[in-house]
Amino acid sequence: MLKCYPPGRTRSAVVPMLIYAQDETGAVTQELIEEVAKRCGVEPLQVEEVVGYYSMLHRKPMGKYHVQVCTNISCLLVGGEELYEHAKKKLGIGHREVTPDGQFSLEEVECMGACSWAPAVEINYDFHHFVTAEQLDQLIDDLRKAH
Amino acid sequence: MPKKLYNEPSPLETRIVSKRFGLENSESIEVYLANEGFAAFKKAKEMTREAIIDEVKLSSLRGRGGAGFPTGLKWSFVPHTSPKPRVIVVNADESEPGTCKDRLLMEYDPHQMIEGILIASLVVEAHVGYVYVRGEYRYLIEVIDRAIAEAYAKGYLGKNIAGTGWDFDLYTHSGAGAYECGEETALLDSLEGKRGIPRMKPPFPAVAGAWALPTLLNNVETFSAIPPIIRDGGKAFLDLGIPKAGGTRLVCISGHVNKPGVYELPLGYPMMKAINEVAGGIPNGKKLKAVVPGGSSCPLLKADECDINMDYDSLAKIGSMLGSGGMVVLDETTDMVKFALRIMRFYAHESCGWCIPCREGTTWLKKILERFNAGHGRHEDIALLGELSKNMLGRTFCALGDAAALPTISIVEKFAEDFEKRLSRELVAV
Repeated sequence: MLKCYPPGRTRSAVVPMLIYAQDETGAVTQELIEEVAKRCGVEPLQVEEVVGYYSMLHRKPMGKYHVQVCTNISCLLVGGEELYEHAKKKLGIGHREVTPDGQFSLEEVECMGACSWAPAVEINYDFHHFVTAEQLDQLIDDLRKAH
Repeated sequence: MPKKLYNEPSPLETRIVSKRFGLENSESIEVYLANEGFAAFKKAKEMTREAIIDEVKLSSLRGRGGAGFPTGLKWSFVPHTSPKPRVIVVNADESEPGTCKDRLLMEYDPHQMIEGILIASLVVEAHVGYVYVRGEYRYLIEVIDRAIAEAYAKGYLGKNIAGTGWDFDLYTHSGAGAYECGEETALLDSLEGKRGIPRMKPPFPAVAGAWALPTLLNNVETFSAIPPIIRDGGKAFLDLGIPKAGGTRLVCISGHVNKPGVYELPLGYPMMKAINEVAGGIPNGKKLKAVVPGGSSCPLLKADECDINMDYDSLAKIGSMLGSGGMVVLDETTDMVKFALRIMRFYAHESCGWCIPCREGTTWLKKILERFNAGHGRHEDIALLGELSKNMLGRTFCALGDAAALPTISIVEKFAEDFEKRLSRELVAV
């Protein structure tokens, strides 16, 4: 990852390195920040300021399955908001909260590029389109069972 | 795998850039090569850089990311003789609400984009490129990485491409969730490993972009349109549209329509035909209320303004934009206060905080709209919304401030009655 940028520009790898690392560790920890800083040859503070900026990076661990419901305009018009309210009830948690067993977390997200197939939900990195409340229940129940 | 995202081909479409959608394994290099793949690159290699730019100019291709800057002109700005190496950056940070077209181009025809990048590399004499993909599109990063690996294996990337002696390396780069990074200079900061914050222009990225090197930056769809333009000539592409706005573009239709989807339509296509015929009309016999013509940053059109052709000039004439091609259709039941609030919540969330008029303006507008939405709107708030928005216009480094202000101004002006209704409710309650 560091090699694909011009010589001396390893700072460029900070954002991708953080997001890939977070996928493995579950959250951006202090240890991770220091490791990324070391590998990219920057100060830990320069990594920290990036962590605070990007909405996909988080210090708190999210659930094993991170359920992201879009409520932006295209989704809003076809029931995205209702779907998000439904997800809150189904999981018993709110925005950026985690279920007590650590299995699920929920986030109301901004447009994720599924406007023509709205309402849309992304669970971790898997997109689900034209999602109804029943289908969301099914998805969540299946993931629960799979565990 | 989820089902295919592209639509059944519609006879109303003109499929040029999306013509390989629907072929089996259209994302593989074998299928691409069997369907005129890399023919345009080989042709371009025999042309002078000026001749390539002339073809692109002749096609009248304009940036498909939203700003609509003429592509040929942009290419000519990059100093190809600079002693500094040139860089190509692809903006695949598609996040304008209402827009979902680049996803298809990357998922179903990544090699077309790669070929477009290669042709651009000949023009600006660049030997390295980066595809900046938004973090949420992780599966697409995997698709593009596979395509890049195939292209290296088949000799269409790396050293001595297709025996022409041309060298080019291409990499993907993941974002991590920030709308602001779709703005070209913020994207460059993000590519450099920083917070995505817009830069002062000039210098423009063409002169000092990524790592202060001369940088050519275009949208995925812009690059994807290059191979057909070079292969069949700029004139052929131009003739698909109307004289001042040539070619086709992918229009993402969403909202209250029977057949939402991404359709490739020629520039100058009648908007009502797109809604009623291509997208199958509005469900349940409802009437049209408004249209967001090209992503949430564009001023909304009232139903009676929608009898127009979709091209840059026609939209500009009525004070709106073609934007990124994200067309959102709103039926008569839509609550415009709620809609305006949702747009503003988005911009307040995504404002990077660099410019005060945007950071504070979006937050205050959101608060006022929340008040309205909760039924506590005051009469003077209607004028205040417009005034606050107008004070943001042109006072920020990047277009996000304008993007938040423009739709708000249009909604408040064109749908004042929706706001009036919210007032009266409160007055009755009192």
